[in-house]
Amino acid sequence: MILVFVVHAVVALVCLIGGERLGRRVLLVGAIAPASIAFAFWQLATSDADALTATVSWLPALGLELDFRFDGFSVLMAGLIGVVGVLVFLYSWSYFAERTGLARFAAILVVFAGSMFGIVTADNLLLLVVFWELTSITSYLLIGFQDDSAIARASALQALLVTTIGGLAMLAGVVLLGSAAGTYSLSGVLAAPPSGTASGVGLALVLVGAVTKSAQVPFHFWLPGAMAAPTPVSTYLHSATMVKAGIYVVARFAPVFAVLVAWWRPTIVLMGLATMLLGGWRALAQSDLKLLLAHGTVSQLGFMMVLVGWGTPEMTYAGMAMLVAHGLFKGALFMIAGAVEHHAHTRDLRRLSGVARELPWALWMSVVAVAAMAGVPPFLGYATKEFALGGLVADTPWQVTATVVVGSMLTVAYGLRFLWGTFATKPGVAPVPEQHGHRSTVGLLIPVAVLTVGSVIGGVVVGLPDALVAAAARSVDALSSGFQLALWHGFGPPVVLSVVALLGGWLLWKWPLPVLRRFTSRTPEATRVYGDSLIGLNRAADRVVSTMQSGSLPVYLSVIVTVAVVAPGVLMVRHWRSLPEIAFAESPLQMVAVLVVVAAAVAVTLVRRRLAAVLCLGAIGYGVAVLFIIQGAPDLALTQLLVETLALAFFVMVLSRLPLRFEVFPDAGGQAIRVVVASVVGLATMAFALWAASERTAPSLAAEFIARAEPEGGGRNVVNVILTDFRALDTLGEITVLVVAALGALALIRAPMPTEDPDPSEVGT
Amino acid sequence: MSWYSPILDVAANVVLRTGIVFALYLLYAGHNAPGGGFIAGLVAGACLVLDHIALRSREGRGSLHRVTPRPLLGWGLAIAVGVGVAGWAWGGGFFDQAVVSVTLPVLGTMKLTSALGFDIGVFAVVVGLVAALLDSLGSAWDEDLR
Repeated sequence: MILVFVVHAVVALVCLIGGERLGRRVLLVGAIAPASIAFAFWQLATSDADALTATVSWLPALGLELDFRFDGFSVLMAGLIGVVGVLVFLYSWSYFAERTGLARFAAILVVFAGSMFGIVTADNLLLLVVFWELTSITSYLLIGFQDDSAIARASALQALLVTTIGGLAMLAGVVLLGSAAGTYSLSGVLAAPPSGTASGVGLALVLVGAVTKSAQVPFHFWLPGAMAAPTPVSTYLHSATMVKAGIYVVARFAPVFAVLVAWWRPTIVLMGLATMLLGGWRALAQSDLKLLLAHGTVSQLGFMMVLVGWGTPEMTYAGMAMLVAHGLFKGALFMIAGAVEHHAHTRDLRRLSGVARELPWALWMSVVAVAAMAGVPPFLGYATKEFALGGLVADTPWQVTATVVVGSMLTVAYGLRFLWGTFATKPGVAPVPEQHGHRSTVGLLIPVAVLTVGSVIGGVVVGLPDALVAAAARSVDALSSGFQLALWHGFGPPVVLSVVALLGGWLLWKWPLPVLRRFTSRTPEATRVYGDSLIGLNRAADRVVSTMQSGSLPVYLSVIVTVAVVAPGVLMVRHWRSLPEIAFAESPLQMVAVLVVVAAAVAVTLVRRRLAAVLCLGAIGYGVAVLFIIQGAPDLALTQLLVETLALAFFVMVLSRLPLRFEVFPDAGGQAIRVVVASVVGLATMAFALWAASERTAPSLAAEFIARAEPEGGGRNVVNVILTDFRALDTLGEITVLVVAALGALALIRAPMPTEDPDPSEVGT
Repeated sequence: MSWYSPILDVAANVVLRTGIVFALYLLYAGHNAPGGGFIAGLVAGACLVLDHIALRSREGRGSLHRVTPRPLLGWGLAIAVGVGVAGWAWGGGFFDQAVVSVTLPVLGTMKLTSALGFDIGVFAVVVGLVAALLDSLGSAWDEDLR
């Protein structure tokens, strides 16, 4: 299982490094990564256990272990990620012309697939959040792939903001939940669910994360916005994988918490139903094929949320089945939309006409996919919808079932709208001109064919998907065995409801649609709320910045040092204690060095030439280095000397740009204030140092470090052993800071000097 | 150029080579004696600065001008992280140490630890930082001198 992650990392690196040389073929290399998920399947298939686990130690002190657990539900999700992933890579291979940036695209898509696999296999809540945020970041990069388009950038940012705000809430929730349960292990929390206010709040915060990711009301708007992404990305992230992460988390938690927590069911069901209706409703009003599908996905996600969120075994079973069915048909539909756009150079269904004649195969596959989505036999979509309706009738109040049926009508209606809009020959619209010399769209349709055939086979030989679904449901809820998907459940309420939904949807599409469309275009848009809140946030930030940052260095310094002195100073005075014995000096040489330092420090404040001031600063540094030498710390002294020398050199370089002398000198009053502030800070710092050294309660670590340096660190220089071994992680953090600072310095010199104020219209996008 | 100094030029030529060798020595010896990646990087960085100041005037650019900051920074960080990850590979945790003794024809037996790899990463980052500062601050300085 760990090997899957290694493969993803290696493939991503290969794509990045060798990518531009491979050209379009880099996408085929990328396909190796999702294909490697099959390896995890193989591992599980050849073992007798219900679940595979793997653990790598990371930060045990924080409860952060790389715990992975690969069970039935993970298999189902990994199947979606792997199969759709490979198909998406193949699809991209035909979709993209030879262009630069494909290597980056492939690498990010691979990292995304790996993170998604991480989400569904992580058994540690903190680890889950890490992967969760990784998918947010990679999806941001993928949505904004066409970075020369302002719309793509804005919608990428919107998706990032919404999903990472959710992710942050989730992190807080996970910490609350984990500390209430006493473990961060997902299976541990579910086995012994915590109760109490803290865990309730934690659970709610985790749900916020799930809800934002799965685009539920009121966070649904980012998903249609994200359609600025290339079509392969829409297919993969926005139908098959990422948006299902929220469903995944809810499905894991629901069987346990739906019973324990009173607000769980009402909240999730109301939200899911609202999402289902709103998504379907808005889908009807779209004239862009991808937007239509995106709103449709929002609607279906709402439906799935209701199913998996309810938490009874039968509903869980139905939810799992829906996950599979939706991945198959919605993936296919997105790919078809991309193929049609490729062929006709438009996605506007008001301008498409006569495509059926040009792309007969696409037509038939769309018919199958839409039929599966609408719940027409004998496709997998029908079997799952029947089962779901059965579950709804059996387990939930009738209002829920009724709402779902209305939602299904909308599904049927926008499905028909998609079919008609894409393929029909419309009166009064010029047929799409035949494209000559255009790369064939056959390559784009092959992956669609795979998914469509999956929908058909899955429906006819319903036992195949059923085995997958049964294992998945069993691993979430042990009570959910004994159910079975079937193409014909017998005559009963589900069949009637299905017929009602189909007929109602057809009527909805046929007859009052123009009337409805006028209304749907008037419903208020959540996007506008998002935009307004973003502008408001920017304004607030501007105000805060203009008050906090006056631009006066003396003011900043005084504020900082006053806080630094007052806060610990109060504590020191309150816990007053007499000073212990202090040795004044240990050697005469020390006195000399200190005198040099003090003299240089006084000189800095008096000299008026900048160069002289810099030299005096250097003298202070060298004096301190001498003190280090006297104390027997050659490493520190050497570092101090070298840093001082380099700083001096750079100071001199900068000084060439500045006037020779300090021009502005404060008046007498200002100078007095400065002297007072400086003296107080100096005295306080000295006092802190003395008291802190005499207040040591824990034994010093020095002896232990020295004792362990040679046997464990393999070195006799304790300082170096600490830097490279005992505290290597700290050092790593420090050099990372150095790299960032260096890159900043490089960027500064290349940046042109600002000539005028930035364009205000660009602020806040 | 008006400020060209032959004495500085000649001295720099000698000091530079010695300085780089000294930096490499510090890098290797650092685990047992004063030194290490950070200090070695600073020494090499000081050489870069000297090179910049002394030789810039003569040839228009110093002889170490091929030291470009970006790859150094990138590889340095990559090596440091790589050593950490490698800790897993030899069966321990992140950043676990490994010690290998090699016998080489001239140098005799050398003890190599994975910390040396980490130090090399630190070294590269520090040199890269100095080179970056030279690129940004030094170039402004050059313009002013012209």
